[in-house]
Amino acid sequence: MLMNLLEYEFLRNTFFTGIIIGIIAPLLGAFIVVRRLSLIADALSHVTLAGIAFGLLLEKKTGAMLITPFYSGLGFSIIGSVIVERLRRVYTAFQELAIPIILSGGVGLSVIFISIANGFNTDLYNYLFGSVSAVSRQDLYSIIIIAVIVCVVIFFLYKELFLLSFDEEQAVVTGIHAKRIHFIFIVLTALVIAASIRIVGVLLVSALMTLPVAASIRIAKGFKQTIIYAIIYGETAVILGLVSGYYLEIPPGGTIVMLLILLLIATIVTKKVIAKINSRKHRLKTG
Amino acid sequence: MKKTIVEMENVSFHYGERQALSKVNFIINEGDFIGLVGPNGGGKTTLIKLLLGMEKPTTGEIQLFGQPIRKFKEKNKLGYVSQKANSFNSGFPATVEEVVTMGLTSKLGYFRRLTRQDKLHIYEAVEKVGMTEYLSENIGELSGGQQQRIFIARALVSDPKLLILDEPTVGVDAENVEKFFDLLHELNQQNISLLLVTHDIGTMTHHASKVACLNKTLHFHGNPNEFQTLSQDQLSDFYGHPLNLVTHEH
Repeated sequence: MLMNLLEYEFLRNTFFTGIIIGIIAPLLGAFIVVRRLSLIADALSHVTLAGIAFGLLLEKKTGAMLITPFYSGLGFSIIGSVIVERLRRVYTAFQELAIPIILSGGVGLSVIFISIANGFNTDLYNYLFGSVSAVSRQDLYSIIIIAVIVCVVIFFLYKELFLLSFDEEQAVVTGIHAKRIHFIFIVLTALVIAASIRIVGVLLVSALMTLPVAASIRIAKGFKQTIIYAIIYGETAVILGLVSGYYLEIPPGGTIVMLLILLLIATIVTKKVIAKINSRKHRLKTG
Repeated sequence: MKKTIVEMENVSFHYGERQALSKVNFIINEGDFIGLVGPNGGGKTTLIKLLLGMEKPTTGEIQLFGQPIRKFKEKNKLGYVSQKANSFNSGFPATVEEVVTMGLTSKLGYFRRLTRQDKLHIYEAVEKVGMTEYLSENIGELSGGQQQRIFIARALVSDPKLLILDEPTVGVDAENVEKFFDLLHELNQQNISLLLVTHDIGTMTHHASKVACLNKTLHFHGNPNEFQTLSQDQLSDFYGHPLNLVTHEH
Protein backbone atom coordinates (compact mmCIF):
# COMPACT_ATOMS: atom_id res chain seq x y z
CA MET A 1 0.00 0.00 0.00
CA LEU A 2 2.93 2.30 0.76
CA MET A 3 3.98 2.43 -2.92
CA ASN A 4 0.40 3.04 -4.01
CA LEU A 5 0.10 5.69 -1.34
CA LEU A 6 2.97 7.59 -2.89
CA GLU A 7 1.63 7.02 -6.39
CA TYR A 8 -2.11 7.75 -6.10
CA GLU A 9 -3.44 11.06 -4.87
CA PHE A 10 -6.81 9.62 -3.78
CA LEU A 11 -5.04 7.20 -1.43
CA ARG A 12 -2.94 9.99 0.07
CA ASN A 13 -6.07 12.10 0.58
CA THR A 14 -7.82 9.19 2.30
CA PHE A 15 -4.82 8.42 4.48
CA PHE A 16 -4.36 12.03 5.63
CA THR A 17 -8.10 12.39 6.23
CA GLY A 18 -7.99 9.18 8.28
CA ILE A 19 -5.16 10.50 10.44
CA ILE A 20 -7.03 13.78 11.00
CA ILE A 21 -10.37 12.22 11.94
CA GLY A 22 -8.53 9.68 14.11
CA ILE A 23 -7.62 12.69 16.25
CA ILE A 24 -10.68 14.96 16.14
CA ALA A 25 -13.42 12.32 16.41
CA PRO A 26 -12.18 10.80 19.72
CA LEU A 27 -11.18 14.28 21.00
CA LEU A 28 -14.74 15.52 20.70
CA GLY A 29 -16.08 12.05 21.49
CA ALA A 30 -14.58 12.26 25.01
CA PHE A 31 -16.81 15.25 25.78
CA ILE A 32 -19.80 13.60 24.08
CA VAL A 33 -19.48 10.41 26.15
CA VAL A 34 -19.02 12.07 29.56
CA ARG A 35 -21.96 14.35 28.84
CA ARG A 36 -24.04 11.25 28.05
CA LEU A 37 -24.79 12.55 24.57
CA SER A 38 -23.48 9.54 22.64
CA LEU A 39 -26.65 9.20 20.59
CA ILE A 40 -26.51 12.80 19.39
CA ALA A 41 -23.70 11.80 17.03
CA ASP A 42 -26.01 9.14 15.56
CA ALA A 43 -28.86 11.62 15.15
CA LEU A 44 -26.63 14.19 13.43
CA SER A 45 -25.05 11.61 11.15
CA HIS A 46 -28.52 10.67 9.86
CA VAL A 47 -29.29 14.33 9.19
CA THR A 48 -25.98 14.53 7.36
CA LEU A 49 -27.14 11.60 5.22
CA ALA A 50 -30.22 13.65 4.27
CA GLY A 51 -27.91 16.50 3.25
CA ILE A 52 -25.74 14.17 1.18
CA ALA A 53 -28.83 12.72 -0.52
CA PHE A 54 -29.97 16.28 -1.22
CA GLY A 55 -26.60 17.12 -2.81
CA LEU A 56 -26.67 13.97 -4.94
CA LEU A 57 -30.27 14.71 -5.98
CA LEU A 58 -29.33 18.22 -7.09
CA GLU A 59 -26.42 16.80 -9.03
CA LYS A 60 -28.64 14.19 -10.72
CA LYS A 61 -31.48 16.56 -11.56
CA THR A 62 -29.45 19.53 -12.75
CA GLY A 63 -26.50 17.63 -14.16
CA ALA A 64 -24.20 20.20 -12.58
CA MET A 65 -22.48 20.06 -9.24
CA LEU A 66 -24.05 23.17 -7.68
CA ILE A 67 -23.01 22.04 -4.25
CA THR A 68 -21.00 18.92 -3.51
CA PRO A 69 -22.63 16.26 -1.30
CA PHE A 70 -19.88 16.94 1.29
CA TYR A 71 -20.98 20.56 1.69
CA SER A 72 -24.71 19.82 1.55
CA GLY A 73 -24.13 17.13 4.22
CA LEU A 74 -22.13 19.63 6.28
CA GLY A 75 -24.88 22.24 5.93
CA PHE A 76 -27.62 19.81 6.97
CA SER A 77 -25.51 18.61 9.89
CA ILE A 78 -25.10 22.16 11.21
CA ILE A 79 -28.81 22.92 10.75
CA GLY A 80 -29.56 19.62 12.52
CA SER A 81 -27.32 20.61 15.44
CA VAL A 82 -29.18 23.93 15.80
CA ILE A 83 -32.54 22.09 15.79
CA VAL A 84 -31.26 19.58 18.39
CA GLU A 85 -30.38 22.48 20.67
CA ARG A 86 -33.78 24.13 20.16
CA LEU A 87 -35.58 20.86 20.90
CA ARG A 88 -33.51 20.28 24.04
CA ARG A 89 -34.69 23.65 25.31
CA VAL A 90 -38.33 22.91 24.45
CA TYR A 91 -38.22 19.54 26.24
CA THR A 92 -36.06 20.50 29.23
CA ALA A 93 -37.36 17.54 31.28
CA PHE A 94 -36.96 15.05 28.40
CA GLN A 95 -33.92 16.33 26.53
CA GLU A 96 -33.15 12.93 24.98
CA LEU A 97 -36.38 13.28 22.95
CA ALA A 98 -34.45 15.57 20.60
CA ILE A 99 -32.45 12.55 19.40
CA PRO A 100 -35.24 10.31 18.00
CA ILE A 101 -36.98 13.37 16.56
CA ILE A 102 -33.93 14.55 14.63
CA LEU A 103 -32.79 11.02 13.75
CA SER A 104 -36.13 10.00 12.27
CA GLY A 105 -36.37 13.37 10.53
CA GLY A 106 -32.96 12.74 8.93
CA VAL A 107 -33.89 9.25 7.73
CA GLY A 108 -37.29 10.46 6.50
CA LEU A 109 -35.75 13.25 4.45
CA SER A 110 -33.10 10.87 3.06
CA VAL A 111 -35.79 8.43 1.90
CA ILE A 112 -37.72 11.26 0.20
CA PHE A 113 -34.62 12.62 -1.61
CA ILE A 114 -33.50 9.13 -2.68
CA SER A 115 -37.00 8.31 -3.95
CA ILE A 116 -37.27 11.57 -5.93
CA ALA A 117 -33.93 10.74 -7.54
CA ASN A 118 -35.11 7.17 -8.30
CA GLY A 119 -32.13 5.80 -6.39
CA PHE A 120 -28.46 6.67 -6.60
CA ASN A 121 -25.36 4.91 -7.83
CA THR A 122 -22.59 3.44 -5.67
CA ASP A 123 -21.65 6.92 -4.41
CA LEU A 124 -24.41 6.71 -1.79
CA TYR A 125 -23.10 3.30 -0.72
CA ASN A 126 -19.71 4.96 -0.12
CA TYR A 127 -21.35 7.61 2.04
CA LEU A 128 -23.15 4.95 4.07
CA PHE A 129 -20.14 2.74 4.84
CA GLY A 130 -17.08 4.83 3.94
CA SER A 131 -14.59 4.39 1.15
CA VAL A 132 -10.83 4.39 0.62
CA SER A 133 -11.21 6.21 -2.66
CA ALA A 134 -13.84 8.82 -1.97
CA VAL A 135 -11.81 11.75 -0.61
CA SER A 136 -11.05 14.47 -3.13
CA ARG A 137 -8.35 17.09 -2.63
CA GLN A 138 -11.10 19.67 -2.05
CA ASP A 139 -12.63 17.41 0.65
CA LEU A 140 -9.21 17.05 2.29
CA TYR A 141 -8.72 20.82 2.44
CA SER A 142 -12.17 21.26 3.98
CA ILE A 143 -11.45 18.53 6.53
CA ILE A 144 -8.12 20.20 7.46
CA ILE A 145 -9.98 23.49 8.05
CA ILE A 146 -12.58 21.69 10.18
CA ALA A 147 -9.82 19.99 12.22
CA VAL A 148 -8.07 23.32 12.86
CA ILE A 149 -11.36 24.91 13.99
CA VAL A 150 -12.13 21.97 16.31
CA CYS A 151 -8.65 21.88 17.87
CA VAL A 152 -8.43 25.66 18.38
CA VAL A 153 -11.91 25.90 19.94
CA ILE A 154 -11.27 22.95 22.27
CA PHE A 155 -7.84 24.32 23.24
CA PHE A 156 -9.28 27.68 24.25
CA LEU A 157 -12.59 26.51 25.72
CA TYR A 158 -11.28 23.32 27.33
CA LYS A 159 -11.84 24.36 30.95
CA GLU A 160 -15.35 25.67 30.24
CA LEU A 161 -16.33 22.53 28.30
CA PHE A 162 -14.86 20.32 31.01
CA LEU A 163 -16.70 22.09 33.84
CA LEU A 164 -19.92 22.08 31.83
CA SER A 165 -19.54 18.33 31.29
CA PHE A 166 -18.81 17.58 34.94
CA ASP A 167 -21.17 19.93 36.75
CA GLU A 168 -23.55 22.10 34.73
CA GLU A 169 -24.93 23.89 37.81
CA GLN A 170 -21.45 24.90 38.97
CA ALA A 171 -20.67 26.07 35.45
CA VAL A 172 -23.67 28.40 35.50
CA VAL A 173 -22.72 29.71 38.97
CA THR A 174 -19.21 30.38 37.70
CA GLY A 175 -20.70 32.69 35.09
CA ILE A 176 -20.13 30.47 32.06
CA HIS A 177 -22.62 31.03 29.25
CA ALA A 178 -23.70 27.39 29.30
CA LYS A 179 -26.14 27.69 26.38
CA ARG A 180 -23.60 29.43 24.15
CA ILE A 181 -20.82 26.96 24.94
CA HIS A 182 -23.16 24.02 24.43
CA PHE A 183 -24.23 25.44 21.09
CA ILE A 184 -20.59 25.80 19.99
CA PHE A 185 -19.98 22.23 21.13
CA ILE A 186 -22.90 20.80 19.18
CA VAL A 187 -21.86 22.67 16.03
CA LEU A 188 -18.32 21.24 16.43
CA THR A 189 -19.90 17.79 16.67
CA ALA A 190 -21.76 18.41 13.42
CA LEU A 191 -18.51 19.50 11.73
CA VAL A 192 -16.60 16.41 12.90
CA ILE A 193 -19.39 14.11 11.75
CA ALA A 194 -19.43 15.69 8.31
CA ALA A 195 -15.63 15.40 8.14
CA SER A 196 -15.59 11.74 9.19
CA ILE A 197 -18.33 10.44 6.93
CA ARG A 198 -16.12 10.02 3.84
CA ILE A 199 -13.96 7.51 5.68
CA VAL A 200 -16.27 5.63 8.07
CA GLY A 201 -19.68 6.35 6.56
CA VAL A 202 -22.92 7.73 7.98
CA LEU A 203 -23.93 4.55 9.76
CA LEU A 204 -20.66 4.10 11.63
CA VAL A 205 -19.45 7.62 12.31
CA SER A 206 -20.77 7.73 15.89
CA ALA A 207 -18.74 4.58 16.63
CA LEU A 208 -15.52 6.43 15.80
CA MET A 209 -16.47 9.10 18.31
CA THR A 210 -17.59 6.84 21.14
CA LEU A 211 -15.79 3.45 20.95
CA PRO A 212 -12.25 4.81 21.47
CA VAL A 213 -13.54 6.69 24.53
CA ALA A 214 -15.37 3.61 25.81
CA ALA A 215 -12.04 1.74 25.74
CA SER A 216 -9.89 4.53 27.15
CA ILE A 217 -12.27 5.33 30.01
CA ARG A 218 -11.59 1.80 31.36
CA ILE A 219 -7.90 2.49 31.93
CA ALA A 220 -7.40 6.25 32.13
CA LYS A 221 -6.76 8.31 35.23
CA GLY A 222 -8.47 11.62 34.65
CA PHE A 223 -10.01 13.34 31.68
CA LYS A 224 -6.87 14.45 29.83
CA GLN A 225 -5.55 10.90 29.90
CA THR A 226 -8.94 9.68 28.65
CA ILE A 227 -8.60 11.97 25.63
CA ILE A 228 -5.01 10.90 24.91
CA TYR A 229 -5.76 7.16 25.11
CA ALA A 230 -8.93 7.63 23.04
CA ILE A 231 -6.92 9.33 20.28
CA ILE A 232 -4.36 6.48 20.36
CA TYR A 233 -7.17 3.90 20.06
CA GLY A 234 -8.90 5.90 17.33
CA GLU A 235 -5.72 6.46 15.33
CA THR A 236 -4.70 2.79 15.57
CA ALA A 237 -8.10 1.60 14.38
CA VAL A 238 -8.32 4.13 11.53
CA ILE A 239 -4.85 3.36 10.13
CA LEU A 240 -5.17 -0.43 10.44
CA GLY A 241 -8.79 -0.26 9.24
CA LEU A 242 -7.86 1.74 6.13
CA VAL A 243 -5.01 -0.62 5.25
CA SER A 244 -7.09 -3.77 5.79
CA GLY A 245 -10.07 -2.23 3.99
CA TYR A 246 -7.81 -1.44 1.02
CA TYR A 247 -6.38 -4.97 0.77
CA LEU A 248 -9.67 -6.76 1.47
CA GLU A 249 -11.51 -4.40 -0.89
CA ILE A 250 -14.24 -3.66 1.62
CA PRO A 251 -15.48 -0.32 2.96
CA PRO A 252 -13.10 0.91 5.68
CA GLY A 253 -16.03 1.88 7.94
CA GLY A 254 -16.60 -1.80 8.71
CA THR A 255 -12.95 -2.66 9.37
CA ILE A 256 -12.34 0.45 11.50
CA VAL A 257 -15.36 -0.19 13.70
CA MET A 258 -14.61 -3.91 14.10
CA LEU A 259 -11.02 -3.07 15.07
CA LEU A 260 -12.31 -0.60 17.63
CA ILE A 261 -14.60 -3.26 19.08
CA LEU A 262 -11.67 -5.70 19.26
CA LEU A 263 -9.54 -3.06 21.02
CA LEU A 264 -12.41 -2.40 23.44
CA ILE A 265 -12.79 -6.11 24.26
CA ALA A 266 -9.02 -6.51 24.63
CA THR A 267 -8.90 -3.54 27.03
CA ILE A 268 -11.77 -4.83 29.17
CA VAL A 269 -10.32 -8.37 29.34
CA THR A 270 -6.75 -7.16 30.04
CA LYS A 271 -7.96 -4.88 32.82
CA LYS A 272 -9.93 -7.72 34.42
CA VAL A 273 -6.95 -10.10 34.22
CA ILE A 274 -4.62 -7.49 35.76
CA ALA A 275 -7.13 -6.79 38.54
CA LYS A 276 -7.36 -10.53 39.29
CA ILE A 277 -3.57 -10.93 39.37
CA ASN A 278 -3.26 -7.91 41.66
CA SER A 279 -5.94 -9.14 44.06
CA ARG A 280 -4.26 -12.60 44.18
CA LYS A 281 -0.89 -10.93 44.93
CA HIS A 282 -2.57 -8.84 47.64
CA ARG A 283 -4.18 -11.94 49.20
CA LEU A 284 -0.85 -13.76 49.20
CA LYS A 285 0.85 -10.76 50.83
CA THR A 286 -1.76 -10.38 53.55
CA GLY A 287 -1.81 -14.15 54.08
CA MET B 1 -17.59 47.09 63.11
CA LYS B 2 -17.60 44.12 60.75
CA LYS B 3 -18.03 44.75 57.03
CA THR B 4 -21.31 43.66 55.47
CA ILE B 5 -20.69 41.37 52.51
CA VAL B 6 -24.26 40.33 51.67
CA GLU B 7 -27.36 42.44 52.09
CA MET B 8 -30.83 41.38 50.97
CA GLU B 9 -33.48 44.04 51.28
CA ASN B 10 -37.18 43.20 50.99
CA VAL B 11 -36.41 40.38 48.58
CA SER B 12 -39.38 38.43 47.23
CA PHE B 13 -39.31 35.68 44.63
CA HIS B 14 -42.00 33.80 42.73
CA TYR B 15 -41.79 30.59 40.71
CA GLY B 16 -44.68 31.39 38.38
CA GLU B 17 -47.71 31.74 40.66
CA ARG B 18 -46.01 30.19 43.69
CA GLN B 19 -44.30 32.49 46.14
CA ALA B 20 -40.97 31.09 47.32
CA LEU B 21 -39.70 34.09 49.29
CA SER B 22 -41.53 37.05 50.75
CA LYS B 23 -39.85 40.31 51.82
CA VAL B 24 -36.67 38.75 53.12
CA ASN B 25 -34.18 41.05 54.84
CA PHE B 26 -30.93 39.22 55.42
CA ILE B 27 -27.38 40.27 56.17
CA ILE B 28 -24.08 38.38 56.19
CA ASN B 29 -21.10 40.11 57.80
CA GLU B 30 -17.43 39.33 57.30
CA GLY B 31 -16.41 36.34 59.45
CA ASP B 32 -19.98 35.10 60.03
CA PHE B 33 -20.73 31.38 60.17
CA ILE B 34 -24.46 31.30 59.52
CA GLY B 35 -26.56 28.18 59.67
CA LEU B 36 -29.62 28.56 57.47
CA VAL B 37 -32.41 26.27 58.62
CA GLY B 38 -36.06 25.88 57.72
CA PRO B 39 -38.61 23.38 56.45
CA ASN B 40 -38.56 21.74 53.00
CA GLY B 41 -39.87 24.20 50.44
CA GLY B 42 -39.16 27.09 52.81
CA GLY B 43 -36.98 28.85 50.23
CA LYS B 44 -33.46 28.02 51.47
CA THR B 45 -32.18 26.82 48.10
CA THR B 46 -34.00 29.69 46.36
CA LEU B 47 -32.21 32.19 48.60
CA ILE B 48 -28.88 30.62 47.64
CA LYS B 49 -29.76 30.70 43.94
CA LEU B 50 -30.54 34.42 44.28
CA LEU B 51 -27.20 35.08 45.99
CA LEU B 52 -25.35 33.15 43.29
CA GLY B 53 -27.14 35.03 40.52
CA MET B 54 -28.84 31.91 39.18
CA GLU B 55 -32.23 33.59 39.70
CA LYS B 56 -33.25 37.24 39.81
CA PRO B 57 -35.49 38.56 42.63
CA THR B 58 -39.05 39.42 41.66
CA THR B 59 -38.82 42.47 43.92
CA GLY B 60 -36.20 43.82 46.32
CA GLU B 61 -32.48 44.48 46.18
CA ILE B 62 -29.42 42.33 46.73
CA GLN B 63 -25.97 43.80 47.38
CA LEU B 64 -22.83 41.66 47.24
CA PHE B 65 -19.62 43.11 48.61
CA GLY B 66 -21.11 46.60 48.39
CA GLN B 67 -22.30 46.28 44.80
CA PRO B 68 -25.78 45.65 43.38
CA ILE B 69 -25.85 42.00 42.30
CA ARG B 70 -26.50 42.86 38.64
CA LYS B 71 -23.19 44.75 38.54
CA PHE B 72 -21.25 42.20 40.59
CA LYS B 73 -18.62 40.54 38.42
CA GLU B 74 -16.13 39.07 40.92
CA LYS B 75 -17.76 35.64 40.97
CA ASN B 76 -14.60 34.15 42.45
CA LYS B 77 -15.42 35.86 45.77
CA LEU B 78 -18.28 33.38 46.14
CA GLY B 79 -17.50 29.71 46.68
CA TYR B 80 -20.34 27.24 46.28
CA VAL B 81 -20.68 23.60 47.25
CA SER B 82 -24.02 22.40 45.96
CA GLN B 83 -26.40 19.77 47.29
CA LYS B 84 -25.78 17.86 44.07
CA ALA B 85 -21.99 17.99 44.34
CA ASN B 86 -21.77 14.53 45.84
CA SER B 87 -24.38 13.06 43.49
CA PHE B 88 -22.20 13.54 40.39
CA ASN B 89 -21.59 10.69 37.95
CA SER B 90 -19.01 8.66 39.88
CA GLY B 91 -17.79 7.06 36.64
CA PHE B 92 -16.69 10.46 35.29
CA PRO B 93 -12.99 10.20 34.51
CA ALA B 94 -11.68 13.22 36.43
CA THR B 95 -8.77 13.28 38.87
CA VAL B 96 -8.90 15.23 42.12
CA GLU B 97 -6.52 17.77 40.58
CA GLU B 98 -8.76 18.22 37.54
CA VAL B 99 -11.85 18.71 39.72
CA VAL B 100 -10.17 21.32 41.92
CA THR B 101 -8.84 23.10 38.82
CA MET B 102 -12.45 23.66 37.73
CA GLY B 103 -12.75 26.11 40.63
CA LEU B 104 -10.44 28.54 38.83
CA THR B 105 -12.66 28.81 35.75
CA SER B 106 -14.32 32.08 36.76
CA LYS B 107 -11.09 33.64 38.04
CA LEU B 108 -9.26 32.87 34.81
CA GLY B 109 -12.07 33.88 32.47
CA TYR B 110 -12.45 32.73 28.87
CA PHE B 111 -9.46 31.66 26.74
CA ARG B 112 -6.91 31.87 29.59
CA ARG B 113 -4.95 28.78 30.57
CA LEU B 114 -3.39 27.80 33.90
CA THR B 115 -0.11 29.39 34.98
CA ARG B 116 2.46 27.83 37.34
CA GLN B 117 1.10 30.12 40.08
CA ASP B 118 -2.43 28.78 39.51
CA LYS B 119 -1.15 25.21 39.82
CA LEU B 120 0.52 26.09 43.12
CA HIS B 121 -2.78 27.53 44.29
CA ILE B 122 -4.53 24.26 43.41
CA TYR B 123 -2.07 22.27 45.52
CA GLU B 124 -2.59 24.70 48.42
CA ALA B 125 -6.37 24.29 48.26
CA VAL B 126 -6.05 20.49 48.24
CA GLU B 127 -3.59 20.68 51.12
CA LYS B 128 -6.03 22.85 53.08
CA VAL B 129 -8.61 20.05 53.01
CA GLY B 130 -5.96 17.41 53.75
CA MET B 131 -6.25 15.48 50.48
CA THR B 132 -2.80 16.00 48.90
CA GLU B 133 -2.07 12.29 48.59
CA TYR B 134 -5.16 11.79 46.41
CA LEU B 135 -4.31 14.44 43.78
CA SER B 136 -3.94 12.00 40.90
CA GLU B 137 -6.80 9.66 41.93
CA ASN B 138 -10.09 9.60 40.06
CA ILE B 139 -12.69 11.37 42.21
CA GLY B 140 -15.20 8.55 41.76
CA GLU B 141 -12.86 6.21 43.64
CA LEU B 142 -12.99 8.29 46.86
CA SER B 143 -15.45 7.97 49.77
CA GLY B 144 -18.39 10.40 50.16
CA GLY B 145 -16.59 12.36 52.90
CA GLN B 146 -13.40 12.64 50.83
CA GLN B 147 -15.35 13.76 47.77
CA GLN B 148 -17.02 16.45 49.87
CA ARG B 149 -13.58 17.74 50.91
CA ILE B 150 -12.54 17.88 47.26
CA PHE B 151 -15.61 19.94 46.38
CA ILE B 152 -14.73 22.33 49.18
CA ALA B 153 -11.18 22.55 47.81
CA ARG B 154 -12.69 23.35 44.41
CA ALA B 155 -14.69 26.17 46.02
CA LEU B 156 -11.64 27.43 47.96
CA VAL B 157 -9.23 27.56 45.07
CA SER B 158 -10.63 30.87 43.79
CA ASP B 159 -10.02 32.51 47.21
CA PRO B 160 -13.67 33.09 48.09
CA LYS B 161 -14.66 35.51 50.82
CA LEU B 162 -18.00 33.75 51.27
CA LEU B 163 -18.46 30.00 51.08
CA ILE B 164 -22.02 28.81 50.49
CA LEU B 165 -22.75 25.17 51.26
CA ASP B 166 -26.13 23.61 50.47
CA GLU B 167 -26.79 20.47 52.57
CA PRO B 168 -23.14 19.42 52.30
CA THR B 169 -23.28 16.57 54.81
CA VAL B 170 -26.06 14.57 53.14
CA GLY B 171 -24.78 11.02 52.62
CA VAL B 172 -21.65 11.59 54.75
CA ASP B 173 -21.15 9.31 57.78
CA ALA B 174 -21.11 10.70 61.36
CA GLU B 175 -17.32 10.52 61.80
CA ASN B 176 -16.71 12.43 58.59
CA VAL B 177 -19.41 14.98 59.46
CA GLU B 178 -17.41 15.81 62.59
CA LYS B 179 -14.19 16.20 60.58
CA PHE B 180 -16.11 18.27 58.07
CA PHE B 181 -17.23 20.76 60.73
CA ASP B 182 -13.68 20.96 62.08
CA LEU B 183 -12.58 21.96 58.59
CA LEU B 184 -15.34 24.59 58.36
CA HIS B 185 -14.21 26.11 61.67
CA GLU B 186 -10.62 26.26 60.40
CA LEU B 187 -11.79 28.05 57.25
CA ASN B 188 -13.93 30.42 59.27
CA GLN B 189 -10.89 31.31 61.39
CA GLN B 190 -9.08 32.20 58.15
CA ASN B 191 -11.75 34.90 57.69
CA ILE B 192 -13.88 33.01 55.19
CA SER B 193 -17.55 33.69 55.91
CA LEU B 194 -19.81 30.66 55.75
CA LEU B 195 -23.46 30.20 54.88
CA LEU B 196 -24.48 26.61 55.49
CA VAL B 197 -27.92 25.30 54.60
CA THR B 198 -29.01 22.32 56.63
CA HIS B 199 -31.97 20.44 58.05
CA ASP B 200 -30.01 19.48 61.15
CA ILE B 201 -30.97 22.27 63.57
CA GLY B 202 -29.23 20.56 66.52
CA THR B 203 -25.83 20.40 64.82
CA MET B 204 -26.22 23.89 63.43
CA THR B 205 -26.96 25.53 66.75
CA HIS B 206 -23.83 23.83 68.08
CA HIS B 207 -21.44 24.89 65.29
CA ALA B 208 -22.68 28.15 63.75
CA SER B 209 -22.12 31.61 65.17
CA LYS B 210 -25.54 32.71 63.90
CA VAL B 211 -28.72 30.88 62.93
CA ALA B 212 -31.23 32.05 60.36
CA CYS B 213 -34.60 30.35 60.11
CA LEU B 214 -36.35 30.74 56.77
CA ASN B 215 -39.86 29.70 55.82
CA LYS B 216 -40.81 31.96 52.90
CA THR B 217 -39.82 34.86 55.10
CA LEU B 218 -37.01 35.19 57.63
CA HIS B 219 -38.49 34.22 61.02
CA PHE B 220 -35.30 34.34 63.04
CA HIS B 221 -31.78 35.69 62.60
CA GLY B 222 -29.61 35.72 65.67
CA ASN B 223 -27.24 33.76 67.83
CA PRO B 224 -27.72 30.02 68.38
CA ASN B 225 -28.27 30.34 72.15
CA GLU B 226 -31.27 32.59 71.54
CA PHE B 227 -32.57 30.15 68.96
CA GLN B 228 -32.37 27.30 71.47
CA THR B 229 -34.39 29.26 74.02
CA LEU B 230 -37.31 29.63 71.61
CA SER B 231 -40.43 27.87 72.78
CA GLN B 232 -41.74 24.80 71.00
CA ASP B 233 -44.79 26.79 69.92
CA GLN B 234 -42.61 29.50 68.36
CA LEU B 235 -40.52 26.93 66.48
CA SER B 236 -43.62 25.08 65.30
CA ASP B 237 -45.01 28.41 64.15
CA PHE B 238 -41.82 29.12 62.14
CA TYR B 239 -41.84 25.66 60.56
CA GLY B 240 -45.58 25.52 59.95
CA HIS B 241 -45.83 22.15 61.70
CA PRO B 242 -45.14 20.74 65.21
CA LEU B 243 -41.39 20.59 65.94
CA ASN B 244 -39.21 19.43 68.83
CA LEU B 245 -35.70 20.86 69.01
CA VAL B 246 -33.12 18.26 70.04
CA THR B 247 -29.60 19.59 70.43
CA HIS B 248 -26.61 17.29 70.17
CA GLU B 249 -22.89 17.34 69.53
CA HIS B 250 -21.43 15.41 66.64
